[in-house]
Amino acid sequence: MDEIIEIMTREELIIPENRIYGKPTLMNDTPMHYCPGCSHGVVHKLVAEIIEEMGMEEDTIAICPVGCAVFAYRYLDVDWIEASHGRAPACASSIKRLWPKKLVFTYQGDGDMACIGTAESIHAMNRGENIAMIFINNAIYGMTGGQMAPTTLMGMKTATSPYGRQADLHGYPLHITDLATNLEGTCYVTRQAVNTVANIRKAKKAIRQAFENSLNQKGCSLVEIVSTCASGWKKTPEQANQWMVDNMFPYYPLGDLKNTVTD
Amino acid sequence: MDNEQKDIVLLKGNEVVAKAAVRYGYDGFFGYPITPQSEVLETLAVDKPWETTGMVVLQAESEVSSINMLYGAGCTGKLVFTSSSSPGIALMQEGISYMAACELPGVIVSVGRGGPGLGTIQPGQADYFQSVYGGGNGDYRTIVLAPNSVQEMSDCMGKAAELTFKWRMPVIILSDGVLGQMMEKVELPAPRPRRTDEEISQQCPWATNGIGLKKRQYNIMSSLEFDPATMEERNRKMAAKYHQVEAEEVDYELYKVDDDTEFLIVAYGISSRVSMKAVDILREAGVKVGMLRPKTLWPFPNKIISQLSERIKSILCVEQCEGQMINDVRLATEGQTKVFHSGRSGGMISSPMEVIEDFQKMAREEMSKNWPKGYWMK
Amino acid sequence: MTEEIIISGFGGQGVLSMGKILAYAGIMEGKQVSWMPAYGPEQRGGTANVTVIVSDEVVSSPIVSAYDTAIVLNQPSLEKFEPLVKPGGTIIYDGHSIIQPPKRDDINVYCIDAMEEAARTGNSKVFNMLVLGGFLKVRPIATVEDVVKGLHKALPERHHKLIPMNEEAIRRGMELIKQM
Repeated sequence: MDEIIEIMTREELIIPENRIYGKPTLMNDTPMHYCPGCSHGVVHKLVAEIIEEMGMEEDTIAICPVGCAVFAYRYLDVDWIEASHGRAPACASSIKRLWPKKLVFTYQGDGDMACIGTAESIHAMNRGENIAMIFINNAIYGMTGGQMAPTTLMGMKTATSPYGRQADLHGYPLHITDLATNLEGTCYVTRQAVNTVANIRKAKKAIRQAFENSLNQKGCSLVEIVSTCASGWKKTPEQANQWMVDNMFPYYPLGDLKNTVTD
Repeated sequence: MDNEQKDIVLLKGNEVVAKAAVRYGYDGFFGYPITPQSEVLETLAVDKPWETTGMVVLQAESEVSSINMLYGAGCTGKLVFTSSSSPGIALMQEGISYMAACELPGVIVSVGRGGPGLGTIQPGQADYFQSVYGGGNGDYRTIVLAPNSVQEMSDCMGKAAELTFKWRMPVIILSDGVLGQMMEKVELPAPRPRRTDEEISQQCPWATNGIGLKKRQYNIMSSLEFDPATMEERNRKMAAKYHQVEAEEVDYELYKVDDDTEFLIVAYGISSRVSMKAVDILREAGVKVGMLRPKTLWPFPNKIISQLSERIKSILCVEQCEGQMINDVRLATEGQTKVFHSGRSGGMISSPMEVIEDFQKMAREEMSKNWPKGYWMK
Repeated sequence: MTEEIIISGFGGQGVLSMGKILAYAGIMEGKQVSWMPAYGPEQRGGTANVTVIVSDEVVSSPIVSAYDTAIVLNQPSLEKFEPLVKPGGTIIYDGHSIIQPPKRDDINVYCIDAMEEAARTGNSKVFNMLVLGGFLKVRPIATVEDVVKGLHKALPERHHKLIPMNEEAIRRGMELIKQM
């Protein structure tokens, strides 16, 4: 007896009731240029999900940096501006003042925010610009090939500190997020990570709050994401995650540093 | 319009820039104090346009930040401007290159002082190269307007607003410390409303402001290309636009140039005012001299200079620097006539008599064999 | 008619505002004007001078090398600008502020004891208006009525109550000035 086995089509198989995970619709199909194990992809996805959940697609102006996230504009279907190196907070400042009802956020790395653009970052925060700043801190320059960043840990080896970061040669890591807490213009300063599901959930909540602060004109929000750079650190993705837990978290502990908005 | 608005007022060039911007419906100003242009921001701060037209005014932390605020605002289709002086404009060059690369609107008012370096705070015209050739990287041009009176400082704010959107490129208004600091009679423009969001989205479908995103492809404003062939394509498209600007937007003024004119003075901005007086004095003495004043430094009035060079004995290029525009004048003559330099630098400004002295040196060289009456004055 | 004037003295003597009021008066007369200050780093007590041109024709150069009239309110200003007065031109100086009076004999020299008058009346603020009155007496390029109109334009509304006092000072200055 021949039994006819009917094969279900993809559409029949994946029905909304059965679906437990979906790619946010704002995220397009462009293949990402990020290395395996990089935190950027996860944060991009969170940003896309939040904008969609908030229904802010037509009211978002996103500003990307120079660095690995320079191509962030390729992956999320919102209007993007690619700022010059370090100047994203200046761009965001004028835009938010000219379009006060928009959700305006910058997405920057450690070199962009805490080195070449320190003046712009500090002053945008200090003016209390109603913008959200997402700060990817992986303690290294990824795009240019693993050079020392302002946030590179003491003793950490990079292409430009091959014998390890030393205070007399290179100075100390810049705690820009801690600095931000002392600025009167910031309303929300937090440090998160996306290495575990629990942490991803917390990070999402933090970014969402930062975005809402921008919309509700509460002041400037800074969300640091302590991140991995497996390639720059010369590790496998798994090793990189562990190295981050062992070395980055003690130096850059996770949690809210300042929140004047909670009620 | 009430009488107060139509009133003729006595104002500094810098004050006029601020007041004209509000009336021409500018959406924002972003700038940093520097002598001799600080009155622009000071006037805006006193006038509080955010309470009337809704114009945004912000004192930035630096000129670097100011120009990037302009860049961001331009990306979203807003009409915004900044103002600064020579060293500040130097800091803005990167941002201007980015704005040109992304084909963004934006107006930069440059109130020149003596340089190089920190230089002096007194008036100068040593930023011709900086404005016309640009200190930023890459293949780009900016429209450069050159007012020569307080009234034109006002008019240029209107013209720049129009040109910067028409051509989608930054416009520099190159003035100097004299025009910024001096007061003259000026009739301010009738107030016009700022564009609505609706109008902006119609005029600037390319803008990254989110408007109508669900019905269109999302917009990206970026000057980055990884593929050199694509970058070249972008550059060629911009070059074609620049050629069109050169064909359509040249503006100049002729002063006492007629069929008999034997000598020509070429001068812009404050030098053209000084030279006007020199021309008047020389004309009274019977010297057949006239002046050509470029009102646009880019595009440069090459054609008229070339035409005049066919019959002009020689040209005196008057500028308050050690000779910058003179290069463009020489190119424009296509070798048909000699061009001589006249001018002070470092914050010094020629007097009409100094221009006349240089003119006489030039004329003597040109006409030593056959020296007509009146060409030499004591 | 073109009158090229330099007004020069110490910062705080009201040099720039005197020039501005004069320029406004010119506008009220329907004339062309320019007002060009020599500016430097902001400094209290530094020197200040302004070139004012009032003309029936379009003002070409706001920068001139010789003046029809020099109003000098301190000694360094006199030394700097006396040689730059056109032959047949006019120099006006404040009697109290100038120790060495002008020496040229090809120009008209006037003295006004404005500082003394201001001190006597206890109203130092009208010093520059006394000098302006003196100038208008010897170079009547604008009427007192037009100057008063100019004051209305030049001064913010909240200072308009001070105009009668200034007008009085201008008229007093006209009486005070004397040819040397």
